[in-house]
Amino acid sequence: MKIYVCVKHVPDSAATITVKEKTDIEEAITFLMNPYDEHAITEAYRLKDVLPASEVIAVCVSKPDGEGTLRSALAMGADRGILVTTDRRLDPIMTARALKAAISQDGQPGLILTGKESIDGEGMQTMFRLANLLSIPAATNVISIDPQNGDVVVRCEKEGGAQEKLKLKRPCLLAAGKGLNTPRYPTFPDIVKARRKEVVQIDLKQLDLPEPDSRVDLLHLAPVIEERTPKEITGSPASIAQQIVRILKEEARVL
Amino acid sequence: MKKIGLLIEIKDGVLKPANLSMITAARTAGHHLIAILMETTTPRVQDQLATYGVDQLVTAIMEPPGWNPDRWAHAIVDVLKKNDIHTLLGLTTAQGKDLLPRVAAILDAPLVMDCVHVDIDEQMAKTSQYSGKTLATFHLSGRTILYGMRPNAVTPVPHPATPDITEHRVDTSKTTGLEVLQVASGQSGMQNLSEAEVIISGGRGLTNGDNFDLLVDCAREIEGAAVGASRVAVDSGWTPYAMQVGQTGSKVNPKVYIACGISGSIQHLAGMKTSDLIIAINLDADAAIIAHSDYFVIGDLFTIIPALTQELRKNKALL
Repeated sequence: MKIYVCVKHVPDSAATITVKEKTDIEEAITFLMNPYDEHAITEAYRLKDVLPASEVIAVCVSKPDGEGTLRSALAMGADRGILVTTDRRLDPIMTARALKAAISQDGQPGLILTGKESIDGEGMQTMFRLANLLSIPAATNVISIDPQNGDVVVRCEKEGGAQEKLKLKRPCLLAAGKGLNTPRYPTFPDIVKARRKEVVQIDLKQLDLPEPDSRVDLLHLAPVIEERTPKEITGSPASIAQQIVRILKEEARVL
Repeated sequence: MKKIGLLIEIKDGVLKPANLSMITAARTAGHHLIAILMETTTPRVQDQLATYGVDQLVTAIMEPPGWNPDRWAHAIVDVLKKNDIHTLLGLTTAQGKDLLPRVAAILDAPLVMDCVHVDIDEQMAKTSQYSGKTLATFHLSGRTILYGMRPNAVTPVPHPATPDITEHRVDTSKTTGLEVLQVASGQSGMQNLSEAEVIISGGRGLTNGDNFDLLVDCAREIEGAAVGASRVAVDSGWTPYAMQVGQTGSKVNPKVYIACGISGSIQHLAGMKTSDLIIAINLDADAAIIAHSDYFVIGDLFTIIPALTQELRKNKALL
């Protein structure tokens, strides 16, 4: 029984994003594993013993630099990695197809874990597309995973702190939310071991995927330039409070 | 003239205000707007939808009824197909994030979530990417097009109409391998951050969980206000994760964001910098958030927030 974890190679949220030539960004910045995927890998490592599973395989679709993120996944507990390389920016429709092809040609998934969204694309959908292509049920924003017989019972976080409990038949796909666990960051020995674990690189073209009829094309990327002119409110607490109430009432019109 | 489906979200029998914003966003295209309801609704809800310009109301009747994201997604697909609808808008809420991508996956249709702007005729959408640092403009191609609107991205404008009201019996015999065991409600009174008009948020400066009561008391005096927290407050165990605003928390877009004792990390800003009006209250004049605010107070939130609560109560009494 194999557990596949899909990880994404993304810019650090603290990195400066510089737009080049309308749709590209300057890539000489720090890239790392999508934060939600860290929860997915950590959970996969835990579930390997619980299920039990024979291995945890990390899968990543990215430019060749993505190997760094795969090595992080290996250091965090994955047994081996698959890197599907492409220089193209893929939309969620194509990414899901690439992940599906890479996983299907590798083995039979008993469970697939992903993050609930990526912090760069923020598309929030690739995992559902992947599940649909594999004809398996899926759940998102998962904060607890409890395998039971041939199923898995999960809790998912909804709005305002509400949680719901679902039961999915296995194989299934679960997208991790932040509350799932505390990521198991690697020790130095883990990192050294990770260097020797297997990473197989496949060029996207080798997967021979037909171009889908549906697509999402990025036309333009513009930096968000904030134009606020901060104005100080001074005075006694009572006076400050009065000024804020006036702003809420007359400017924001929320009272 | 296109038929545009609008996936309406009802909570506890009440129409979420964000739906009206979505109707207005779709209305600008001048097409036939069809509200898709996943449960029977009150005349009040139907009236609200009519006031904002919906041309048709279709209620999907499922047997058995009840929430199940997979069954609902298949039901929505059925409604779209039977009504020949090839454009669908929904909300980027917890429910929308559970439904829209499922519908898109079943149809293999393109979808852009958290849209701040859509052009239905041109099949284009704008949304944020890279932790709110960029605005991306996309073109969607396909037989059916899906958009997930950011709640309250557009100011709702009334446009009274007299919609046809119909029911659509959905075939839900298809089993999907996903069963809902428990739909629980969360802590009562916890306003949904992504839809709140006003958010009063606390960070490191609050120093402990009990002090958040000060913010709760203040928020209580403003209708539609919610209390949020920075990652520091959540990681320190002072507030639950559901209250976190930021890159890995909720992305919010309120009319007013009041940041108390929050330094303004990039991670936090990514979640709230599109707020219409930002007021920062901080002891530290060098806090990063100051530069991103419209108004700021260099002072002690422990005196200012109670004073604000007092003043809000006085203001209410005057009304």
